[in-house]
Formats: sequence, C-alpha cells, structure tokens
Amino acid sequence: MRSPRQPPFLARKTYRRRRMMDAARLLPLLGIFLFLLPILWQPRLTPEPDTVHGVVYLFGAWTVLVIAARVLARIVMTEPDEGGPDDRDEAG
Amino acid sequence: MIPFNILVAVCLIYVILLFVIAFAAERRARLGRVGWLRSPMVYTLSLSIYCTAWTFYGAVGYAARSGLEFATIYLGPTIVFIGWWVVLRKLVRIGRAQRVTSIADLISSRFGKSNLLGVVVTVIAVVAATPYIALQLQSVTLSFGVFASGAPEGWALPEGNGTALWVAGGLAVFTILFGTRNLDANERHHGVVMAIAVEAVVKLLALLIVGVYAVWGVADGIGDVAARIAASPIADWPLQPGRWIGLTFLAGAAVLTLPRMFQVMVVENADERHLATASWAFPLYLMLMSLFVVPIAVIGLSVLPEGSNPDLFVLTLPLAAGQEKLATLAFLGGFSSATSMVIVAAIALATMVSNHVVTPLWLSLRQGGARAPGDVRGLVLMSRRLSIAGILALGYAYYSLSGGSAALAAIGLISFAGVAQILPVMLGGIFWRGATGRGAALGLTVGFVVWIYTLYLPSFGPGGLLSGALLDRGPFGFGWLRPQALFGIEGLDPLLHAVFWSLSLNTFTFVFVSLLSFPNPLERMQGLAFVNVYDHGPGPRGWSRGGAEAEDLLIMAQGILGAAEAQEFFQAEAAAQGKADFLPETTPDFIDKLERRLAGAVGAATAHAMIAQFAVGAAVSAQDLMAVASEAQQILEYSAQLEAKSEEVARTARQLSEANEKLRDLSVQKDAFLSQISHELRTPMTSIRAFSEILMDPDLPGEMQQKYAEIIHEETIRLTRLLDDLLDLSVLENRKVQLNIKVANLHDLLDRAVQAASNTRPERTFTYHRDLPTEHIPIITDTDRLVQVFINLISNARKYCDAERPELTILVRKRGGRITVDFIDNGSGIPKTAQRLIFEKFARLTDTQRAGGAGLGLAICREIMVNLGGTISYLPGQGGAAFRVALPSRPESRKEAEG
Repeated sequence: MRSPRQPPFLARKTYRRRRMMDAARLLPLLGIFLFLLPILWQPRLTPEPDTVHGVVYLFGAWTVLVIAARVLARIVMTEPDEGGPDDRDEAG
Repeated sequence: MIPFNILVAVCLIYVILLFVIAFAAERRARLGRVGWLRSPMVYTLSLSIYCTAWTFYGAVGYAARSGLEFATIYLGPTIVFIGWWVVLRKLVRIGRAQRVTSIADLISSRFGKSNLLGVVVTVIAVVAATPYIALQLQSVTLSFGVFASGAPEGWALPEGNGTALWVAGGLAVFTILFGTRNLDANERHHGVVMAIAVEAVVKLLALLIVGVYAVWGVADGIGDVAARIAASPIADWPLQPGRWIGLTFLAGAAVLTLPRMFQVMVVENADERHLATASWAFPLYLMLMSLFVVPIAVIGLSVLPEGSNPDLFVLTLPLAAGQEKLATLAFLGGFSSATSMVIVAAIALATMVSNHVVTPLWLSLRQGGARAPGDVRGLVLMSRRLSIAGILALGYAYYSLSGGSAALAAIGLISFAGVAQILPVMLGGIFWRGATGRGAALGLTVGFVVWIYTLYLPSFGPGGLLSGALLDRGPFGFGWLRPQALFGIEGLDPLLHAVFWSLSLNTFTFVFVSLLSFPNPLERMQGLAFVNVYDHGPGPRGWSRGGAEAEDLLIMAQGILGAAEAQEFFQAEAAAQGKADFLPETTPDFIDKLERRLAGAVGAATAHAMIAQFAVGAAVSAQDLMAVASEAQQILEYSAQLEAKSEEVARTARQLSEANEKLRDLSVQKDAFLSQISHELRTPMTSIRAFSEILMDPDLPGEMQQKYAEIIHEETIRLTRLLDDLLDLSVLENRKVQLNIKVANLHDLLDRAVQAASNTRPERTFTYHRDLPTEHIPIITDTDRLVQVFINLISNARKYCDAERPELTILVRKRGGRITVDFIDNGSGIPKTAQRLIFEKFARLTDTQRAGGAGLGLAICREIMVNLGGTISYLPGQGGAAFRVALPSRPESRKEAEG
C-alpha cells in the first residue's frame, strides 16, 4: 500500500509493475495448461490422424509462450529502481 | 563417400578451432576485457548443453518411434524457464550470495554445510551421469560408423570401442586443459563457456540446415510434409496421459538438477539479468531445435530403406541423397552436441568430487589439518584433473559394458530420473525453512536406492545385473518387492513406475523426517539465508567473534587461493576497514567474507571446516540464534542500518586512532631522531678530535701518525656518508629529485643488485631462489634508483636473516601495468609491532654496531619508491621477512616522471 499523498500516476506505475511480476509468476502455469491440454483431446481414441494438428498446436503454443516471456521479462527488468521493496514481499 | 581420414581431419580442425576460441576467451578475460564474453546471449547459448547428442540424433529417432512424445523433453525446461521468476531467479541469487560451486555444494551449504550431504549428492550425480556420458560416446561412435558402412571402397572403421576410447581421451585432455587451468575464486570458466556457446550455434545451424534440406530439398515443401506425416506410421498421436505428464515433469526437474545445467545456469552466471533474456531465448532455442524433428523423422521413414536406424536419420538422410557436405555438417553438429555436454558435465562432476570427497578426506587424514602449511590449491587442481579422467573412464567403461545397444532415448531418461532425486531437497531447501539436513540425507538416500533398484539395475536387462527370476517374482519370492511392480502395482510403464515411486518415497521421507527432527544452529542460519535471500539486510553471520590471528588466516588462504589472490583480498579488506597494511582486523564480518571466498574455491563445507580450526568456539552465539528466531524483520533492518552507521563511525575512529598513534610514534621518533643524529655525528667527531689532538704531538712516531690519520679519514668518510644519506632523504622527501629515466630489463637490474649486495657479510653462504624466465620484463624507470632499493633489501636480508642456512626468494609478477617484486627470506621475520616502524628514519631493530648503518636505508627506499610512482611494503605471513616492491612498468605520465 502506498501512502495517499503520493501522486496517483506513480502508484499506478508501481501497481502495474507488481501485477506484471504476478504475471511472470503465473506464466509457467499457463505453460502447463497449454502443454497438457492435448490430453483432453484424447488423440489416441479419435479415429482421424492428429499428429499434424498436434505439431501445429504445440509449436503455436510454444511461440505464444516465448513471446509472452519476452514481453514480461522486458517489463519486469526495466525498472530496477523499484526492485528493493517489491522483492521483499515474496521472500517469506 | 567421404574418406575416413578427411572426416577425422574435419573433427581435428573443429577441435583446434574450439581450442583457439577457448584460449582467446581466457586471454581476453585475463586482461579484464570480459565485455561480450559475458553477454546474455552467450549465457543463453551456453545453456544449450541441455541439448546433447541425445537431442541431435535421438530426438528424431524418438519421434520416428513414438511421434510427438519427444517434445516433452523440451516442454519441461520451457516451463521452468518461462517461470524463471519463481525458482531460477532464487537459485541464481543464492548461488551468487553463497558462492556456490556445484549442486552438491548448494545442498551441503543449505543444510548446515554438511559434508555428508555433499557426498550423497555427488554420488547420485556421478552414478546418474555415467550412462549419459556413455550415450555421448556411443552417438559419436555410431555417427562415425554411418560413414564407414556406406563406403564403397570399404575403408574399415577401427572397431567401435577404439573410436570411443579416442573420443573419451581427447575430451579428457580438452576438459583438463580448460576446465582446471585455475582454481578460480568463483569457479568461472570463460574459455569453456565461450567454446560451448560456439558449439551451440554449430549444432543449431546444422540441425536447421538439415531440416530445411529435408523439407524443401527432399520433400516438396510444407504441404508435402504434412501429407507425408498423415501417411506415415506416426500419423496418429498415441498420447498416453501418464507418460506425457511424467516426462514433461521429469525433463523440467532434470533441467534444474543436472549438474552440468547447474554449472552453466548458476555457477557460471555473471549477471542475474542474463536470466531474464534466457527466460525467453532458451525456450526459443529449444523450439528451434525441435522444429524439424518430426519432418526429418517422417521424411526419413518414407525415403530411407526399411530397418534403417531412426536415431541416425539426421546423418543418413543427406548421405542417401549424396549430399556429402551437408552430411559432414550434420556430423559436426552431432559431434559438437556430444563434446560440449561431456566437457561441462566432467567439469561439474570433477568439482563436486574434489570439493566433497577428495579434499575433506585429505584434510582429515593429514596431521594438523588446515593449520599445517601446504599447497591445498595444487591438491585440489590435481584431484580435479584426476576426477575428470576418472569420470570419462567410467563413461567409457559403461559404454563398453552395456555394448551401446539400447535406443538413445532410454538411457537419457534413466539419467534424468536419477538426478531428479535431488529436486525435492533442492526446492525444499530454498522455499521451506523447516527442511532439515537429516531429512534431506534420508530422503535423498531413499530416492536414490529406489531409483537404482527399480530403474538403473533393470536397465541392463533380465540376466544383466538383476536375474530374470528376481525381476519376475521379486527378491526371496516377495512379490510386492518386484523391481518393476512395487507394492503389487502392475501395468505401469517401467520408467513412470520408477519415477513415481522413487520421487514420492523420497519426498515423503524428506518431509516426514524434517518435521520430526531438529536442525543445528548453523543449519537454521543457512536455512534463513537461503529462504530469505531477497532480503537485503546483512544475513546472519556464522561467526560471532573473530578470535583468529589475521596472519594465520592469510597463510591458510594463500594455500588455497594462491599467494597473489589472497594478498589482494586481505589488502582490500584491510583498506575497507581503513587500515593501510596487509592485515585486516579479524572482525566476524571479515571472517565471514573470507569463508565465502574460500567456499568459492573448495566448497562451503570444506571452507567452513578450515575456518573453524582458527576460530574454534567462536561460531554462532546465543545472540545470533535469537536473531534467527526473531520474526521481527523490521527490527533487524533498523538494527542493520544502525550497525552500518556504527560501523562507519568505528571505521573513522579506527583511522583516527591509528593516525593518532602514528603521530605519537612520530613525535617520539623525532626526539629520538635528534638525539640519534647528535649521537651519530658526535661519535665520529669525538674520535676525530681525540686523534687529531694526539697527532699534534710532534714526537709521535711515523707509523702511529699514519695509523691515526687513517682512523680520522675513516671517520670522516662515515660522517660524509651519513650526511649524504640525510641529504638524499631530504631531497627525496621534498620531491626535488631528478629522475634519470631509462629502459632496462628487470632481470639485469636484479642481477646488478645481487652482485652489488654480495659484499655485505661476504663470509655467509647465501642461497638465492629466482625464477629467471619471469624476470625478463622491460621496465622504464630510474634504474639506478630502483637498483639502490633492491641492493638495500638484499643486503638487509644478508645482514639480518637469522636462519642457519639463509635463503632469499625473489618473486617477480606482472599484473596489468604494474610490476611487483617480492623479497622473501627464511629468517624469523619482523615482529608485528615493529612492522609499521621499519620504514621510519633511524628505525633499527637490532643494535647499531651489528647493523653498521645509520638506519636510513628503508626510509630512503620508501622515498625512492614514492618518487618512482610505486610503493614498498612489508608482506606478512610469508614465513620470514618479506618486502614487496611495486611500481608501474612505465612512468604514469611524462610530466609526473620529470617532476
């Protein structure tokens, strides 16, 4: 929590950055979700061949994750001045 | 077809190229120009040792057998890396804060620097890595075989074992040359990292080019490939949910726990921000490596004759089409995947073996432990070299025993499952303060044993190391103990079965024992330091009081870090405390820093044990424990700030009191100086007066006249010399001296000085130890003045060295633009209290008559060195009196030199 006297845009910036850190923490969960999704299709039981679709899907998901990781890494690393206090809350 | 000789020549040229790159990188790093050597891209590329020959050849084989399942091996690491903020960042931060040297060191350090845990992790790592190294040897041998079998003129391949032996030997030499050049304080290998970064590019390019060729050269573009996939045996995707989840998890676990990955990811990491780049760039690399795997597999299946080994499609596909250059490129790609993996794995494992097995063993066997002087550094380096050779020998032995028949993927997964046993303890260690060493040791052991029993031993096949009967009916007829169906649960895939049981029993034991046992104080503190690594306040200290002599510590540190490094570290620490000499106060802070520095070389457990010998009884006080137990982080922070301030005050006070003390000494000295000088002038004056009075007697016989005149003459010479010295000193002190700058070879100057000093006490036999080749350094300075300093130091040694067989060692070193010359004798040295005074005027430690000088020598030396832009200082802890002369190899600027 920021003190109310601070200019609002500053607090918003910090707030945004923290949420991006949350996103960085949650990104692997999205990765797990995307990579395990094919299990639900049960490609083994369906009659038509699925390898082609599988290749397209897996590499598509992979690309999405790489791009997302790149964007998040950039946001999270660009404002090192806020690093100190923000790092604290996850340590415990 | 490519002749065998040319293939070997290509390999040799490639290896020589790697040598050159590694050598150039080491050179650059030594000159301090690290720059792009440590860029995020090089870091990311070095991570690619995850992709071994198993990836390069095996992935296609895997895809040809089981379709898309091969991708799990790369999906797991992708998830770990895009989630870098959670686990990797913490690992790297801890690795840097604690100067961790290997994964075994991480675990051992976290659980109270326990060496037992270090040994357990080392054993697991070595056992698990052996098949993996064998796998690399096998793939290189196989790829040689591909070229041999297709040769029409039938050049015979030296049988497989021979090839593997040559490869193993060559790799051992390369690894020893670049992996154990120096016992770096932070265990970084610039040359090796650069070489494997280049190899990463080679293997990626090779696979991509083969892929492009396959899709657009052999097949007719993407549409055709899609059609071929649909028509191939792997058209349907037989996804087994258990294996899909299990393998993804296993690969993710392995990327964290494989010793070689830990080495490049944590130990070689130069900057935490590189991890941010690697978080997307490494998954991208993995994706590119996997991109053409399915197309190559499918095209290989459709084009190549039935029964071809799918593990070698990457090679055989271009070969079958007569594309020899392409095949050679693919061969190089596989070769580089194998070599980079083996090199880094051998370095990582050798570090673990030497830090956790050999060094502690040697220290405990030797009488006197760490206190006895000795070259620990040489021992550690030698044990690392032997370990590298030993590890490669093990890999080779496994290869020749197993016959290298199994599919590549199977061996790799056995290895993965082995190192994955470290995962629960590693994650528990960095996220849970309650994890204890006892829990970790038992958990690891249980996991390791179950893995050996359910996966490793059965991998040799029925009738291999386990009899077929045991596999079918269990030991002693206990059906529920069957290796591949524990507790009677049948029908699971053997790999999944092993992973599931080993990891669950491992985790269960680890958590259960941790909950029930008590950690010791050091463990508690390390736990706090690891789990709360992001807190910026000073971590809890391992040493509450100093209690060790700085000089003893310096002697020990020199044995491990090497003389120059250790002296530099001690001097820097002393300077930070506001002291001017080589020995800092042994504050708890300093001891802590020293321990971490040593840990960077020999591992936390050994470093702690060595320091403990000097600071016995001083580890961990009740207060420290209170600090650990206290949850009031804010109070800690506040007190940390106070501490920082009071430290500042203390430092200033120390400087002040030192200055004050020096002033007092100086004033005493000034009085002494006046009385000395009167005394020195008076003695010869008195005798001159007395003898000249006698001479006035006209009756004095001629020979007496002659004799007295001689005495008067000698006394005047003494007087003149004293006055000359005084004048010289005052000229030097006022910086009015005219320097006569010349170019000379340092070796010649030293020769001149040794020659000139030889008439001091010529009756003593005096042995000089010099390393002549290192002395040939060009130097631009006032050579006469410099020789004057050398002569003074050497004659001092000749005069005062009280050893029965006096010896003087002269060590020359060049660092950047500065030259240091150390003069070390084997006498009893100079007592600590006197060390600060010897450079003052008339400071003589022994009586005047014996010394025969006025006590101005070292004072003049000091002033000369100041005028030459250098320093002269006393070097403690060398086992005798030791002086260091340091000066720039050329005058810093023309103006200064003249002025």
